[in-house]
Amino acid sequence: MNIDLVQVRDDIRTRKTTARATVDQTLARIAHSNSQLNAYHEVFDDQARADADRIDLEIAAGKSVGVLAGVPIAIKDNIVTRIGHTTCSSRILENYRSPFDATVINRLTQAGAIIVGKTNLDEFAMGSSCEKCAWGVVRNPWDINRVPGGSSGGSAVAVAANLCAAALGSDTGGSIRQPAALCGVVGFKPTYGRISRYGLVAFGSSLDQIGPITHSVRDAALLYQCMAGDDPHDSTCAPRAVEDVVTTLEETPRAFRVGLPVQYRKGNSPSVDAAVARAVEFFKAMGATIVDVDLPLTDVGISTYYVIAPAEASSNLARFDGIRYGHRTKSTAAKDLFDLYAQSRAEGFGPEVQRRIMLGTYVLSAGYYDAYYRRALQIRRLIKQEFDTAFAKCDVILGPTSPTAAFSIGGMTDPLAMYMCDVYTVNTNIAGICGISLPAGFDETSQMPLPVGIQLQAQAFAEPMLLKVARAYERVQGGRGYPTV
Amino acid sequence: MNDPNNQPAPLTIDDVRHVAKLARLAVPQERLAALQHDLQAILGHIAQLQSVNTDGLEPMAHPLTLTNRLGDDVPQPSMPIADLLRNAPAVQGDFLAVPKVLGGESS
Repeated sequence: MNIDLVQVRDDIRTRKTTARATVDQTLARIAHSNSQLNAYHEVFDDQARADADRIDLEIAAGKSVGVLAGVPIAIKDNIVTRIGHTTCSSRILENYRSPFDATVINRLTQAGAIIVGKTNLDEFAMGSSCEKCAWGVVRNPWDINRVPGGSSGGSAVAVAANLCAAALGSDTGGSIRQPAALCGVVGFKPTYGRISRYGLVAFGSSLDQIGPITHSVRDAALLYQCMAGDDPHDSTCAPRAVEDVVTTLEETPRAFRVGLPVQYRKGNSPSVDAAVARAVEFFKAMGATIVDVDLPLTDVGISTYYVIAPAEASSNLARFDGIRYGHRTKSTAAKDLFDLYAQSRAEGFGPEVQRRIMLGTYVLSAGYYDAYYRRALQIRRLIKQEFDTAFAKCDVILGPTSPTAAFSIGGMTDPLAMYMCDVYTVNTNIAGICGISLPAGFDETSQMPLPVGIQLQAQAFAEPMLLKVARAYERVQGGRGYPTV
Repeated sequence: MNDPNNQPAPLTIDDVRHVAKLARLAVPQERLAALQHDLQAILGHIAQLQSVNTDGLEPMAHPLTLTNRLGDDVPQPSMPIADLLRNAPAVQGDFLAVPKVLGGESS
């Protein structure tokens, strides 16, 4: 087992090490490899060291400290922090400094976590490869010529290369789970509304969810526990109590049923299918019942997603207009307000973001709204019903996270082909349920062994059961080691 | 996968220009054709939505069924004006500076 956040936390608490030593080691590793990997856009060396010293003093004085005291955590750069910048890896927010902290930042720092830096993403979280980051491509630590996945690629790389104890990502259609799979770490997307979105720069408001990217399932459970729960600043946050997932995590799951959708078995690379097959054997050996389930709208999910998400994005990103914050054009040709908006946005947004804004604007425009947007929302209900039917037969749905291991940087130029990477993850967000990607071995056919992931999905608010099953799998699967970069 | 009968009408360069205007994006002339090609390809794929029977289905805009969650009607402290203006590209006093508004929005 790799050294995870819980282990680091325990070592600090029992004074086997100090928060300062932990932070210093993390900063040294970042200094050594970030220029190559480009996981971080910004690192808060001085503040992280000062925070660590303060926590060490508290521990030395015998004060009670939070459950995350002294652990260095990386934050995806679309989650606002008062410290440093929040750029969404976009030129339009290059100099933006948030006047407030996101709710998740407050909750983590109140528990004693140390924010070590902000990580790169596909611009505004739109992408599956971290090649569409305004601050350069992010590289996969298992093979630096490969993508880390996206959009939370910087966070996944920071965890995989041990440049933090854990990281936060955001997941609109797979943006936590897919990079976690491609980098060989754990990526957890909780149920929609479980964790406050206050301070997450909005992409698709009915799909977005913050979640942890971690070394282990127990880390994911602990971070989830710290962040979950209602928030007066987010009216779409679920107003229901959060179960204790940490103390129940090590319990053997009660008799449970694993659903295998027939639609998840085509077009995957053999290494991915083999990882799923190994997981099936593991769950059988645990005494789980394996059942076939039917999710016929799996393929239609991508089309549904590429109506709903761009539609919501075109509306959300309208706020970036060069007036209150963000880039404003210096062109003297912008003589009135319209020109100022249009020129500032054209200069500030990258090509993929502009493409999605255009697509979203089109599907919401007069004459097309019913054919595209309204119809996509109707199919969204069908997808939700399809999951409800499947979950009447099983407790978790098992399948691949991504059809393949990491692809080569520059190897996928067709936008539509890139969108297909998310075929197994978008419907989780469309239905608002929860899902977790777990490291599940390696693809050995490439020059360097590349991690592959499996995904477990569960019904909305079934996190306690999902995490228990994932943890049981992890205990047997064991460690995966670290990349050599 | 797509029913050929469901293929959307071809997107013209004028359509792309119109959508760019609605989206407040100054797309340079030389990029219009590439955008037209990309959007057409994506719309061609999305056309598969037309083959799904959606008769009588209520649209689902949101995964949670919450409605009208009201906060307590109690004044809360506001953010200091200086904090809010710190990110503004152009400021005059306590105000955001913009080009002339009247006569705009006409392009």
